[in-house]
Amino acid sequence: MKLKGNGLKWLGLFLCGSLLALSGCAASSAVDEAKEKKKESSTSETSDTVKVGILHSLSGTMAISEVSLRDAELMAIEEINESGGLLGKKIEPVIEDGASDWPTFAEKAKKLLQKDKVVTIFGGWTSASRKAMLPVVEQNNGLLWYPVQYEGMESSPNIFYTGATTNQQIVPAVSWLLQNKGKKFFLLGSDYVFPRTANKIIRAQLKAEGGQLVGEEYTPLGHTDYSTIISKIKDVKPDVVFNTLNGDSNVAFFKQLKDAGITPKDLTVMSVSIAEEEIRGIGGDVLAGHLAVWNYFQSTDTPENKVFVEKYKKKYGKDRVTSDPIEAAYFAVHLWAEAVKKAGSFDVDKVKKAADGIEYKAPGGTVKIDGETQHTWKIVRIGEIQPDGQFKELWNSGEAVKPDPYLKSYPWAKDLMN
Amino acid sequence: MIKKNWMYWMFFLALFLAPFYLTEFRLSLLGKFLCFAMIAIGISLIWGYTGILSLGHGVYFGLGAYCMAMYLKLEASGGRLPDFMEWSGVNNLPWFWKLFEHPIISISSAIIVPVLLAMFLSYFTFRNRIKGVYFSLLSQAIVVVFVTLFIGKQEWTGGTNGLTNFSTVFGFSLSSPLTQIVLYLLTVVLLLSMFLFSRWLTRSRFGRVLVAIRDSENRVRFLGFNPTTYKVFVYSLSAAFAGIAGAMFVLQVGLISPAMMGIIPSIEMVLWVAVGGRSSLIGAIIGAIVTNGAKSFFSENYPDIWLLFLGGLFIAVVLFLPNGLAGVYQSVKQRKKQGEVRANEASSHVLQRVSRF
Repeated sequence: MKLKGNGLKWLGLFLCGSLLALSGCAASSAVDEAKEKKKESSTSETSDTVKVGILHSLSGTMAISEVSLRDAELMAIEEINESGGLLGKKIEPVIEDGASDWPTFAEKAKKLLQKDKVVTIFGGWTSASRKAMLPVVEQNNGLLWYPVQYEGMESSPNIFYTGATTNQQIVPAVSWLLQNKGKKFFLLGSDYVFPRTANKIIRAQLKAEGGQLVGEEYTPLGHTDYSTIISKIKDVKPDVVFNTLNGDSNVAFFKQLKDAGITPKDLTVMSVSIAEEEIRGIGGDVLAGHLAVWNYFQSTDTPENKVFVEKYKKKYGKDRVTSDPIEAAYFAVHLWAEAVKKAGSFDVDKVKKAADGIEYKAPGGTVKIDGETQHTWKIVRIGEIQPDGQFKELWNSGEAVKPDPYLKSYPWAKDLMN
Repeated sequence: MIKKNWMYWMFFLALFLAPFYLTEFRLSLLGKFLCFAMIAIGISLIWGYTGILSLGHGVYFGLGAYCMAMYLKLEASGGRLPDFMEWSGVNNLPWFWKLFEHPIISISSAIIVPVLLAMFLSYFTFRNRIKGVYFSLLSQAIVVVFVTLFIGKQEWTGGTNGLTNFSTVFGFSLSSPLTQIVLYLLTVVLLLSMFLFSRWLTRSRFGRVLVAIRDSENRVRFLGFNPTTYKVFVYSLSAAFAGIAGAMFVLQVGLISPAMMGIIPSIEMVLWVAVGGRSSLIGAIIGAIVTNGAKSFFSENYPDIWLLFLGGLFIAVVLFLPNGLAGVYQSVKQRKKQGEVRANEASSHVLQRVSRF
C-alpha cells in the first residue's frame, strides 16, 4: 500500500513536471511576464537601457554566413554605446537563434517584439526567413532591418532593406556584361526564389538590350554534380555565365569548371552570391579571374572602410574577412541610430518617419534611406576575384543608385508584373 | 475509470485553462506544440502499435498545411492574384487554386489529400509486403519528391518562401488575440478527440490486431486476418492526423514552406515520439510538447549553445529511458504491481503452509 501511495505521488510529480515543460517552460517565466505586463506601456526602455533584437541563424546550414552579421551588428552597437549611447540610453542587444528554420524566425521575432519588447530587430539572411518575419513585424508594428541583397518585389512598411535590390546589383551587372563581355548569356542558379526571380528579370533585360539567352539551368540547393551542365555550357559556348548558385554548389561548380579546362579567359562567370567569405571557403585560386557584383568589397578604398576592416579583424580575429552583407548589417545599426536621434524617440512610427533621407558614411561609401521604398541608395561595384581571395574593382556606378524594388523606372520590366 | 485516469483529465484540463495562465506569446507556442502532438499521436499509432516506421510524415503535415494556406492566401489577396504568382509570371489563377476559394473544400482537402496519398502509397507497399527499413526509405523518398516538386513549382506553391502573410480566416483577423485563443481551444479539442479515438481504437479488437501485426505479421496472416487492410487503415489515419495538424499549424503560425515538410522535420517527428515513449499515446503527446518546449526554452536562454543541451537531452533519453518518458511511468507502475504480487505470493505461501498443517 505504501508503494502505491508513493507511485501516485511520483506520478503527480511527473505530471506537474511535464506540465511545466509543456507550457514552453513558461511556468517560471510566466511570473516574470506577469510582472512585465504591469509595466507594459513603458515598453523596454524603462531604465537607462533600450533593448534591440538580433535574429540570425546561429545554428543550421545558414549559420556559417549569418554569424558574421551578428558580429557586425554587435560591433556597431558597441560603437554607439561607447560614444554615449542613444538618447542617453545604452543599447542592450537581445540575441536569438533563428536556427536556419523559417517558423523559428517567426517564433523568435514574435518573442522579441511581444516579450522582450525590443524597439527594433536586425536580422535575417534568406528571403524565406524575411518572408516568415514579415507578417509578425507588420502585425506587431515592429521594425526589421534586413541586410542582404535580395530579389526585390517587396516593400513592407515595417522593414528597412539595407542590402541591394535587383536594380542595384543584377540589372547594372547585366548591362555592363553586355557592353564589355558579349551578348550570349547562360543562366545558372540554385532552385529557389531568388535565382528564379533574378533570371526572369535578366531574360526581360536581355531581350530589351539586345542580348541572347543560350541556356537556363537550375539545380537543387546543395547539388554538387555539374558535369552535365558544364558540357552543355561547352556546347552552346556562351560569352557569359550568370551564376546565381548558392552555398556549397558554388564549390562544386567552380572546381569542376576548372577541371574541365575552362578558364576565366574563355568564359566569364558573373556571380551574385559569392563574397569574400564564400571565396575563403571555395579557394581564391579556383575562383581567380571570375567576377562578382556587390555594393561593397573588403578592398573598397574609403577611409571609413580602413577603420571598419581593421576594427572588425581586431575584434573577431585576423583571419576574418568583411563582405557586402556584413557591411550592410553594420551600417543598418548606424542608420537606425541616426533615425532615432533625428526622431528623438524609439517609437517605431516616429523612427520610420524620421528615417527618410537619413545618410550615413558607410565603409562602402555614403548610403541614404529612400523613404518611399525603405530601401537604401547604394553604389554598385563589379570586382574581379584575386588569388588572395580579395576583389579588384573593375567598375563602379560612381554615385549611389536609387533603389527601385519593383523596377518601375525600367520600361522593359513592365511585363514582369503583368 | 475516471479515478484511474485522473491524470489524463488533469492534463487536458490544464491545456484547456492555458489561456488563463499563459501570455499571448506562450499560448501561441503551446498551440504550435499541440499541433505537433497531433502528428505524434499518429506516429505512435503506426510505429509504437503497428511497427511501421514512417520517416515521411512531414509530407502529410505539409499537404494539410498547404491546403489550408491556399485558402488563407486567397482570402488575404482579396480577389487579386497572390503576390508570388504575380512575380512568377502567372496571369490567371490556376484551376486547382480556384477550388480553394471555398473554405469547406480547403478544410476537407487538408484531410483528404494526405489520406489519399497515404492510402495510395501504403496500399501498394503493404500489399507487396514491403516493410521495415524498406518502407522507411520509401517514405523518405516521398519526402524528397514532394519537397523538390514544391520548390520547383514556384509559380504555384511560392517556392522556398512558401505561403505566408495571411490576414484573415472566415473574416476574422488572424492577429487578434481572441481569434488565437479560439484557434488554440479548437486545437485542444481536436487533440483530445484524436487522443480519445486512438485510445478507444488501441483498446479494441482492432488495436490488438495492430499489436499482433507488429509482433508477428505472418502469424496474423495465418490466422486469417489480412494485415494489409489494417496497416493501410492505420497509416492513412495517421496521415489524416498529420494533415489536420498541418491545417491548425498554418492557422496559428501563419506560415508554411517546403522546409517544414522536409527530411529533417520528418525525422524530428519520430524523435518526439521516441522521447515520449512510442507505445504510449499520452507519452507521444508529452514527448512532442516536452521536446519542442525544451527547444524553445534552451534556444531562448542559450542562443549560442542550445543545440548541445538538446542533443544531451536526446542522448539521456536514449541511454536512460529506452521506452521514453512514458516508460518511466510504466516501470513505476510495474514495480508497484510486482510489489503487490510478491506480497500476495508471500501471503499465499504462508496460507499454504498453514493449510498443510
